[in-house]
Amino acid sequence: MNRETFDLKGLICPLPVIRTQNKIKTLNSGDILVVLCSDPGALHDIPAWCRIHGHEIIDSQNKEGEITLTIKVVH
Amino acid sequence: MLAAQLILDQGIHVEGINFYTGFCVEGHTHAIRKKDRNKAKRNDALWVAEQLGIKLHIIDVIEEYKAVLLNPKHGYGANMNPCLDCKCFMVKKAQEWMAENDFDFIITGEVLGQRPMSQRRDTMQIVVRDTDPHERLLRPLCAQRLTETVPETEGWVDRKRLLGLTGRSRKPQIKLAENYGFNDYSQPAGGCCFLTDKAYSSKLIDMWTARNDRNYELDDIMLLKVGRHLRPKPHFKLIVGREEGENRFLEGYRKQFTYLRPTSHAGALALLDGTAQNKDEIELAARLCARFSQGKQAAIVSIAVKELGKEEYTLDVSPLKANDIPEDWYL
Repeated sequence: MNRETFDLKGLICPLPVIRTQNKIKTLNSGDILVVLCSDPGALHDIPAWCRIHGHEIIDSQNKEGEITLTIKVVH
Repeated sequence: MLAAQLILDQGIHVEGINFYTGFCVEGHTHAIRKKDRNKAKRNDALWVAEQLGIKLHIIDVIEEYKAVLLNPKHGYGANMNPCLDCKCFMVKKAQEWMAENDFDFIITGEVLGQRPMSQRRDTMQIVVRDTDPHERLLRPLCAQRLTETVPETEGWVDRKRLLGLTGRSRKPQIKLAENYGFNDYSQPAGGCCFLTDKAYSSKLIDMWTARNDRNYELDDIMLLKVGRHLRPKPHFKLIVGREEGENRFLEGYRKQFTYLRPTSHAGALALLDGTAQNKDEIELAARLCARFSQGKQAAIVSIAVKELGKEEYTLDVSPLKANDIPEDWYL
């Protein structure tokens, strides 16, 4: 199981979702991806994308506009 | 949403594709403008996919889309919207995706006669002619009024269970949505693309004219969506934030632009796009910046100026009066 951090700060939706989607294609089931974002839309859109593709959001934090989403990849 | 549901009703596996051109209205708006933050913070395509229980693939076509916008074979609509070429492009991209992912056919939510440019019988036929030699493009909402496609002739879908909707009224679709229990749905009607917007198209044309170059980068087209744009000189314009969310967004561009900011009074950040050629033009920009600050009635407003590659300095200027700003400076 690998753990990787992916910095998408500064991008606005839907680009964080697209980059997360493309990144997850390169990862294996069980890998953990930590996504860092600044667009508040990502707090809704990335979890929505994960739900419809079956990936798990393990943690979601928003500290003064710095958003961290932790995703467990499920292929 | 309705087209997908009609096909799902026939027990067929459906997945969604959403293309991101950079000109899409939703997505960025709730991220930038504070006034929009009470709106549902959702990407409509993702939301629809979740309601339908299907997967959705969002595809970045920003670079490829440039060719569509810059040289549309079929021309533009009322503004800079190349709707017919856009439709052809997206169907072609969907076909590539279909082949790569082992799917059998494509569906779209088009309705015959719904839109003046891209959903007339003749233009819908052009999309087929230009993109679909193998007749794999099915329009479930109006299929009964169109020539049969391979999914129908092969019996993959039951044509009798497809629809024959036509015309500009959306009442039949609203009724169908009610029957399915969909009480929340997006109604794009051209409003999902900034290129259909007159003000946005005007700013895009101004940018191309000022640069004498029609090329663009994503940052260029994002900035056209944000702030007040004023062009006091052919060789520069100011982009002034209208509220906190826009200011925060514009601040992300401070390393790429000369920028100005009131320091003696509350006020917006302004990016200077282009080149101010001398001190007088910088002062003009500062006076404009002061005009949109809380100090617009003050005798003097201090403006911090940070030119690219130089140290920040302060100019004390008198704000321009409303009458001093010609109407044609506003883009």
